Amino acid sequence: MFDLILTQILNGLASASSLFLVASGLSIIFGVTRIVNFAHGSLYMLGAYLAFTLVNLFGPASALGFWGGVVLAAVLVALVGLVMEVTVLRRIYQAPELFQLLATFGIVLMIQDIALASWGAEDKLGPRAPGFKSFVILFGNRFPTYELLLIVIGPAVLALLWFLFQKTRWGTVVRAATQDREMVGALGVNQRLLFTSVFAFGAGLAGLGGALQLPREAVTLHMDLSTISEVFVVVVVGGLGSVAGAYLAAVLIGVLHAFGILIFPKITLVLVFLVMAVVLVIKPYGLMGKRPVGHVRGPAAAEPLLTPADRATKLAGLAVLLLLVAAPLVTPDHLLLTLTELVIFALFAASLHFMMGPGGMASFGHAAYFGLGAYGAALAVKWLGAPMEPALVFAPFLAGIAGLVFGWFCVRLSGVYLAMLTLAFAQIAWATAFQWVDLTGGDNGILGVWPSSWAVPKTVFYYLALAVCAACVLALRFTVFAPLGYALRAARDNPLRAEAIGIDVMRVQWVAFTVAAFAAGIAGGLFAFFKGSVFPTYMAIPRSVDALLMVLLGGVQTVSGPIVGAFAYAGLSEQLMKLTMYWRFVLGLSIVLLVVLFPRGLVGGFLALRERHGAAGSGAAGPRLAVEGVR
Amino acid sequence: MKMDRRSFLATASAGVVAVTAPSLVRAQGSGPIKIGEINSYTAQPAFLKPYRQGWELAQERANAAGGALGRKFETLFRDDAGKPEDAVRHAGDLINAEKVDLLSGGFLSNVGLAIGDFALQNKRLYIASEPLTDALVWAKGNPYTFRLRCSTYMQAAMLVEEAAKLPAKKWAVVAPNYEYGQSAVKWFKELLKKAKPDVEFVAEQFPALGRIDAGATVQALEASKPDAIFNVTFGGDLTNFVRQGNTRGLFEGRAVVSMLTGEPEYLDPLGAEAPVGWIVTGYPYAEIKTPKHVAFREAYKAQYKEEPKLGSIVGYETVQAIVAAVAKAGSTDTDKLTAAFKGLSFTGLFGPIVFRASDHQSTMGAYVGKTALKDGKGTMVDWRYADGANYLPSDDVVKTLRPAG
Amino acid sequence: MSAVATVPVGAAEGPVLVVRDLAKSFGGVHAVQGVSFAVEAGRMLALIGPNGAGKTTCFNMLNGQLRPDRGEVVLAGRPITGLKPRVVWRMGVGRTFQITATFTSMTVRENVQMALISHEGGIWNPFAPARARHVAEADALLGLVGMAEQAERACGVLAYGDLKRVELAVALANRPRLLLMDEPTAGMAPRERVALMALTAQIAAEQGIAVLFTEHDMDVVFTHSDRVIVLDRGRLIADGTAEEVRRDANVRAVYLGSGATSGGH
Repeated sequence: MFDLILTQILNGLASASSLFLVASGLSIIFGVTRIVNFAHGSLYMLGAYLAFTLVNLFGPASALGFWGGVVLAAVLVALVGLVMEVTVLRRIYQAPELFQLLATFGIVLMIQDIALASWGAEDKLGPRAPGFKSFVILFGNRFPTYELLLIVIGPAVLALLWFLFQKTRWGTVVRAATQDREMVGALGVNQRLLFTSVFAFGAGLAGLGGALQLPREAVTLHMDLSTISEVFVVVVVGGLGSVAGAYLAAVLIGVLHAFGILIFPKITLVLVFLVMAVVLVIKPYGLMGKRPVGHVRGPAAAEPLLTPADRATKLAGLAVLLLLVAAPLVTPDHLLLTLTELVIFALFAASLHFMMGPGGMASFGHAAYFGLGAYGAALAVKWLGAPMEPALVFAPFLAGIAGLVFGWFCVRLSGVYLAMLTLAFAQIAWATAFQWVDLTGGDNGILGVWPSSWAVPKTVFYYLALAVCAACVLALRFTVFAPLGYALRAARDNPLRAEAIGIDVMRVQWVAFTVAAFAAGIAGGLFAFFKGSVFPTYMAIPRSVDALLMVLLGGVQTVSGPIVGAFAYAGLSEQLMKLTMYWRFVLGLSIVLLVVLFPRGLVGGFLALRERHGAAGSGAAGPRLAVEGVR
Repeated sequence: MKMDRRSFLATASAGVVAVTAPSLVRAQGSGPIKIGEINSYTAQPAFLKPYRQGWELAQERANAAGGALGRKFETLFRDDAGKPEDAVRHAGDLINAEKVDLLSGGFLSNVGLAIGDFALQNKRLYIASEPLTDALVWAKGNPYTFRLRCSTYMQAAMLVEEAAKLPAKKWAVVAPNYEYGQSAVKWFKELLKKAKPDVEFVAEQFPALGRIDAGATVQALEASKPDAIFNVTFGGDLTNFVRQGNTRGLFEGRAVVSMLTGEPEYLDPLGAEAPVGWIVTGYPYAEIKTPKHVAFREAYKAQYKEEPKLGSIVGYETVQAIVAAVAKAGSTDTDKLTAAFKGLSFTGLFGPIVFRASDHQSTMGAYVGKTALKDGKGTMVDWRYADGANYLPSDDVVKTLRPAG
Repeated sequence: MSAVATVPVGAAEGPVLVVRDLAKSFGGVHAVQGVSFAVEAGRMLALIGPNGAGKTTCFNMLNGQLRPDRGEVVLAGRPITGLKPRVVWRMGVGRTFQITATFTSMTVRENVQMALISHEGGIWNPFAPARARHVAEADALLGLVGMAEQAERACGVLAYGDLKRVELAVALANRPRLLLMDEPTAGMAPRERVALMALTAQIAAEQGIAVLFTEHDMDVVFTHSDRVIVLDRGRLIADGTAEEVRRDANVRAVYLGSGATSGGH
C-alpha cells in the first residue's frame, strides 16, 4: 500500500511538471500584461505538434534529433507567441479584461483549425525519447525513466526561472512590472519590448511543455482545451502571477488527480474543481497570489450613461416583436426551429447581460445556469416523471439555487478573478453532469425530454418559447430601470459611494447574480424541451463563450444589445458552419476583429454613430451626448 | 474519385455532397433518395474516414447499377464532432430543412442513442451503423431504429467465450466512461460470471473518453494485482494506455481481453508497440480470402490507394442495407421502409446479414483472434469469424429486454 | 474639550457627534492615537493637519470604512463604533469623498434619486421605474446646491466643482445629522471653494446639521469653520476657534515645519 502511495505521488509529480511549464508561462504573462491567455493551451498543443514533425524530421533515434526537435519546437512556439502579441494583444491591453479573454479565445479557435489543416484530424503518436525508453524499479513498481526525467524538469525550470528573475536585468524588470506596472514605465524601460518578450517567453514555456509531452501521449486536436482548463485551475489555485504558486498548485493538482484515480476513479474531474473552489473560498487570490493593488481595471473605465429606450427604439422593439409573432404564418418549418432557438438564446444572452452590463460582473461560466436549467427540466422528467409544465417551472429553481450558492462566493471578487471563479464553478457543474453517471447519465445525457402533446407542434412550441422569453427579457429590462437595477449600476459604477449611501453592494450583486442564473435557467429549461435531450456540453466552456459573444456583439452598455447580439451571433455561426469546414477559424478571426475594432459591440457602435450625427446636427449639449463623452 | 485527406474533411464537414447529378435525376421525374448521414467525422477520423470512403464506394456502385425505384441515392454528410448535442441539431436540420428520407450514422454510442430518441419522437427511420451499445436495440429500442454493427453484448459474448477458457480468476477492467464503455463492461461481467461463477472483478477504471491519465490509470490497475484485464478503450486513449502499460509492465504475465483492438483503425497507430497475445475482436483485412471480400478489397484499394479498414466495411454495408431495403419496400415512405428493414436479409462482405424483426439488430459478425506483431506492425492471428447470429439471445429473451417490442 | 457653543434653535440637546479616544494603527504605524472631540448641530468643525497626520484614517473610522482599534464613536447618543458604512449612513451620516465618487452611468438627478430611494429603503424594488421616483425632492436638493440646470447631464462629463456639488446633494439626501466632508474643495478654483463652503455653512445652519470637514486651504478653514481641531502624527494637538488655533504655538510649529516646539514637551 505504501509503495503504491509513493508511486502514485511520483505519477502526480510527473503530470505536475507538464502542468507547471504551461501554467508558469500563463502566470508570468498575466503578471506583466494582466492578460489571461486562453490560447495558452493552444500554444501547448502547437508545441506538441511541431515537436512531432520536427523530431520525425531530424530522426527520433538520435538524442540530438529528438532533443533538438523538442527545443526548436519550443522556440517556434515562442515566435508564434511573439506574432500573437504584436498583431493582436498589443492593441487590447487597455480593453476590459473580458475582451482580452475573448480575444485569446478567438485565437484558440483559429489555432484549432490551423492545426487541423496542417496535421489532420488523426491522433499522432510520437516517438519515445532516446535514452529514456525504459524503466527503473521504484518501490517495487516499474516506473518509466521518462517520467522521472519530467519530475526533474519541473523543479529545474522553476530554479531556472528563479535565477532569471533574481539575477538578470530582464528578470528584475519583469518582477517589478508584476508588482507595479506604472513604475516600470517610470523607470524608462521600453514597455513594448518588455511585454512582447514576456509573452514570447511564456509562449515558449507552453511550447516546451507540449513538446515534452510527445513521448508520453498521443498528440490530438483536443489537447488545447483539456489542458487550458486544467492550467486555469493551477494558476488560479496557485495565484495569478506567482510562479512558485504555480508549481505548488501543479503539484497539488497533479498528485490529487493521481490519487483521485486510485480512490474515486469516477469523480476525478469534480475533485479537482472542488479543491479549486475550496482554495478560492479560503484564499480568494490563490495560495501565493496577492490582492491586486488598487483597481483591477484602469481608472479610465467610467461607464457611459444608460438611458431608457426613446420612442423610436420602443417602436422598433414592438415592430420586431410583432414580426416574431407573425413569423409562423410565413416561414417554413425549419426556419421556425431556428427562430425558436434564437428566441431562447436571446433570453440566455439577456440574462448574462443583466449581471455583466448593469452588474459589472463578467461571467465566464454562465452556461452553467443554462445547463442546470436544462438538467433541472430533464431530471424532473426522468426521475419524477413530471410532465413539461411543472418541469419547466422546476428548471429555473435548480439554476437559481446554484446561482445563489455560487454567487455568494463570486460577488466577493471582481474583474478577472471573478470571471475565473465563475469559470471554475461552471466546470464543477459540467464535471458533475459529466461524471455523476447514475444521476445525469454522464456523457450519454438524458434523452426523451419531449414537450407535452399540446406543445409538440412546432408553431405551438415556438409561441410558448416566444411568450416566455419575451416576458422574461422585458422583465429583466424593466428591472434594469427599476430601483434594483439602479442600485446594481450604482454598485458597479462606484462601490465605495454605493456603500456610503446605504446600498449593500455585495447583497445587491448577489441578488443580481441569482436573478441572472434563474433567467438563464428558464432559457435552459425551454431549450431542453425544444431539443428533447440534455447533455453535459450544454454547460461546457464553448456555450459560455457563445453567451459572452452574443452580449459583446450587441454591446455590454446597452440594454437591447444582447438581443440583437443573440440574433446576429446565432444566425451567423449557423450559416458559417454550413459554409465552410474551417468555421472555427473564421469565427475566431471574427471575434478577434470584433474585439480590436468594435469594443462597444454592434448596438454600442450604432448608438455612437447616431450620437455623432445627432450632436453634429443640433449642437446641443443634451443628455445623450454623455454617451459620446465617455470612452 | 480520389480525395486527399484535406478535401475529404472539407466535404465531410461542409455537409452537403451531391454524388449524383441532380439535373439528370430530375429529368426522370423524381428527385434522388436522400440519406441524412450524421457522424463524428472530425472527432474520430481513424474510423470514419475509411467509413465514408466505403460508403461512397457502395453508393457509386448502387447508382451505377441504376439506384433503386429508378432514383439515385444522395447522401448528406454531417459532422457531429463527437457531441450528441450537435448530432440532434443536425438531425433536426436534415429532417426539417433538407427533407431527407432517412437518417443514418452515429459512431459513439451516446450519439447513436440521441439520434435514436430523435427518430422516435419525429417518427423517422434511423439506421445506426456503428454505435455499439445494446441499449439502442433493447432497453431503449424503438420502432424506427435499426442497427448494423454487432453490439457490445454480442462482442462481449464472443470475447467471454475465449476469456472463460483462461485460468484467470481476478479481473480488472478499464473502459471509457460513456454508454459504450459502460455497456461493454456490464455485459462482459455478467456473461463471464455466468460462464465462470468463481471469477471476481478487483478493479474498475472509467477514464473519460479522450482524457485518460494513462500513467496513473495503469498504476491503479497494477495495484489490484489482477490475473487478467478487460480493456474497452480505443483510439487515443488506447494508444496512451498501451504505451504506459508496456513500459510499466502491466501486461506481462497477464491475459488481456480487449474489445475492438484488432481493428486496423486502432492497431495501426500503435506501430511496433502493438500488444502481442491480446484476445481481441477486429478485422484481419489482409487474410480474409472469401471471394466477396477479396473483390471488395481490390476495388477499394484501386479507388483509394490504401487498405480497407473496418470503417470501410461498415460504411459499405450500411449503404448495401439501405439499398436492399428501399428495393424491398418499393417506396421511401418511412412506414414501408421500416417494415422492409424487419427481417431484411442480404449477403454482406463477411457473410449473410439479417436484420432481426424482433429487436432490429443485424446479425453481422466480427472476427475474434489474438494480436501479434508482423513486420513491425500489429496484426491478428488465430482468428475466426464469429457470426453475429450465434451470439444473440433468442426472440423470447429479447422480449424481456426490449420494452418497445 | 473647550466650551460648548450655544446650540442653534431646533437642534437636539448635546453634541451630534462625540468621539472618544479613537485609535488605529497599520502594522507598526500609529495612524491615529487617542483622538477625542465633539461636533454640535449646525456647526462647522474643521479637521486640519499636515499630510499623513491621520485625517482620512480618522474620517474612515467615523463612517465605518475602518474599524478602530480602540475608542468610541457616538452619534446623537447612540454608539456607532465599528458599524458598516451603509449602517452608519442609515443612522444619519452623509459623506463626500476626497476623490469625487458619483455614479457615472447616471444623470445628476438620478444620482440624487438613487440616494433618496436608498434612504426610503426601496432599492429591492425590481419593477417601478426608478426615474419617476422622488423627482421633486431630487430637484429640490439640486436646487439647493445650484445644480438644478444640469440635472439631466451625465456625471461622467461634469466639471470638477460641479461634481463636488452633486456629491453634496447626494450626501444631504438622507437628511443627515452629521456631514463628513473629506477635502471638499480640493482641486477647485479659489472662487468655487468659497462658494461651496459658504453654501455648506448655510445649509448646516438652516438644517441644524453638524459638519466635520478636512481642508488644506487655510483661508477656507479660517473663513468657514466655527471651530478647528489639529492633528499631527495621529495626535490631537489643538482644539479651539480659528483664531485660537492660529495663535497656538504647537500648530505654528507643525505648519512651519520646525518641530522644535512640539519636541520640547
